[in-house]
Amino acid sequence: MSTIEIRKLTKQFGAFTAVRDADLKVDAGEVVCLLGPSGCGKTTTLRMIAGLERATEGDIIIAGQRMNELTPQKRDIAMVFQFYALYPALSVGQNIGMPLHYEGLSKADADARVMKVAKILHLDEVLDRMPGQVSEGEKQRIAVARAIVRDPNCFLFDEPLSRLDVELRHSMRGQIKEVLQGLSKATVIVTHDQLEALTMANRIAIMKDGVIEQVGTPHDVFAKPANVFVASFIGTPQMNLVEADLRSFGDGMASVVLAGQEVALGVDPAVSRLKPSKVTVGIRPRAFTVSQDKARDTIEAQAELIEPMGAETLIHARTGLGSDIRVVVPREKRVKVGEAMHLRPDPRQTHVFGEDGRAVRA
Amino acid sequence: MSGKVSILEALGFRKASGVGEAGWGRTLAAAIISFIYFLPVLFIIFTAIKPQDVALSVPPTLSPTSLFGLIPDQFVFTPTLENFGSVFERSMTVGGAPEPTGFDRYFFNSIVIASSSVLLALVIGTLAAFGFSRYPLKGNDTYLFIILTTRMLPAIVVIIPVILMFRAVGLSGSYTGIILLYTAFNLAFTIWMMKSFFDELSLDVEDAARIDGSSDVRVFFKIALPQVIAGLAATFVFGLILTWNEFLFALLLSGPDTRTVPVAMNQAVSSGGRGTDWTLLAAIETLFLIPVFLVTFFLQNHLLRGVTFGTVKR
Repeated sequence: MSTIEIRKLTKQFGAFTAVRDADLKVDAGEVVCLLGPSGCGKTTTLRMIAGLERATEGDIIIAGQRMNELTPQKRDIAMVFQFYALYPALSVGQNIGMPLHYEGLSKADADARVMKVAKILHLDEVLDRMPGQVSEGEKQRIAVARAIVRDPNCFLFDEPLSRLDVELRHSMRGQIKEVLQGLSKATVIVTHDQLEALTMANRIAIMKDGVIEQVGTPHDVFAKPANVFVASFIGTPQMNLVEADLRSFGDGMASVVLAGQEVALGVDPAVSRLKPSKVTVGIRPRAFTVSQDKARDTIEAQAELIEPMGAETLIHARTGLGSDIRVVVPREKRVKVGEAMHLRPDPRQTHVFGEDGRAVRA
Repeated sequence: MSGKVSILEALGFRKASGVGEAGWGRTLAAAIISFIYFLPVLFIIFTAIKPQDVALSVPPTLSPTSLFGLIPDQFVFTPTLENFGSVFERSMTVGGAPEPTGFDRYFFNSIVIASSSVLLALVIGTLAAFGFSRYPLKGNDTYLFIILTTRMLPAIVVIIPVILMFRAVGLSGSYTGIILLYTAFNLAFTIWMMKSFFDELSLDVEDAARIDGSSDVRVFFKIALPQVIAGLAATFVFGLILTWNEFLFALLLSGPDTRTVPVAMNQAVSSGGRGTDWTLLAAIETLFLIPVFLVTFFLQNHLLRGVTFGTVKR
């Protein structure tokens, strides 16, 4: 079975802890993205799975077998590196065929396998060239071809698309997804690009400072962020996170003081368990309706900066106490700078995070 | 500045902006400077083909040809190859019959000793450099520094203990002795040089090879080594030049059969009690230049080529 599991995985470089108690399970045929800002430990985690980095603590289980002490050669995995890591002294064909060296195939069989994956990735024309003589997109496809030429336990991708320009990235995203769907292997992709993660992954693990903050489907991490960090990291434009004082809860509505205004917000019923305290209220920029009239459940703010984004318009609005609130409205909605706006948040998309930064949710 | 052409530009000097080939002015300036550096070598080569009687004439003769009448006749000499012949065979006493001088043997010695010690140092040093680069020891830099210290002392400081050690183990005057000594001296340089080349390589490429199932030995030979061919060539040439020209150790540690050209040259020009034979000396020097020149010439493409080509986009 092609599965990957890490349990309580920890990596320390001297006094610095790069990864702390990471737990993750990837099933056969599942694509999991490790997503996080630079230096969050996602690549270190991947390198530990590959055996390129020794785990300080915890277990790495690939295909049901504990692999901590095994060298990369013995783990039977395939990895695509961020900078492709093509073998400069070997031709494209030899590069793709390199992993077959230890399979003991006859030359004809090996060549046939190379040809087969080269066809899938449209590389059959460039097999005789050297890596220095092919385009950036081709290099990327050679790296993928080299990974899928064998039948390994699992696939690891380290920032596979970060070196490509926007257009190529878009098309390669589709191609890689298609190739992976045909293979039904456990796959881990490391990326710092949330769009890449949201589009390619079955599940996303969001990391920060060496800790996996949340693991969930692309839908879950977007709609139900577990904490303030995930809420701020996923989604563009960024979710509005405003400090507020929770006063009371009744009738599905929380009474909060937010930017100096007393507002009744429709929130998750679990908020009723909170005592009056400081909370963070999270509302996505697209979750507002703009109304002309002040009401009990609206936040008042003045439009300060207007950025047309094509289909939609991004408005930076400022409350009386200076909090900046990002609001996305349809293109048809005309707002003038300085205009007073009454923003009504969608109750189903209003998140409350407690003092510890965790989402308060049933 | 547009429309105005400065004097330098009019003379063919280009402004320092933009990337491209230099203009004629700069090329000429570079050629003149190069020629000044080459003059001593040219003078040796010309002396080697001068007849003995004009070698020390005043004013000196400057050219084997009049360059289509450009150079006055009094500065022109008639070239001869006689001096090269007398490198290998000449009369050792006044009026005596020509005898072989043994210089064929000395050239052979120089070639064997220099190339084998440089190659040996290259094999050992490259392996060591890869080790220092990829599998660092605790206190790696200290080891590297200690290795470098072997090159810090002038040869003259260590020569006495070396002579005593060689005598004690019976290596004086043998090929093995002098080759081992030169290998040891080249090693420090080779390790440092090759380590810097290995340090430049992308580790991802080697990690990828490991994941693809390559053993560490295969990673070294199949992945790392082909990427440092330019480094090997450069190290080989530098080591060869150093060893080829070495005089002091060769003087004190080589025997009659293992004598190298620099030592033999010294003895040839000062023997016979006739003072220094400048044309003979120039002829030996000219011949002595040729092997290193050829090696450098044939390796120059490797010396110039980039270390990594197209593996990693930086």
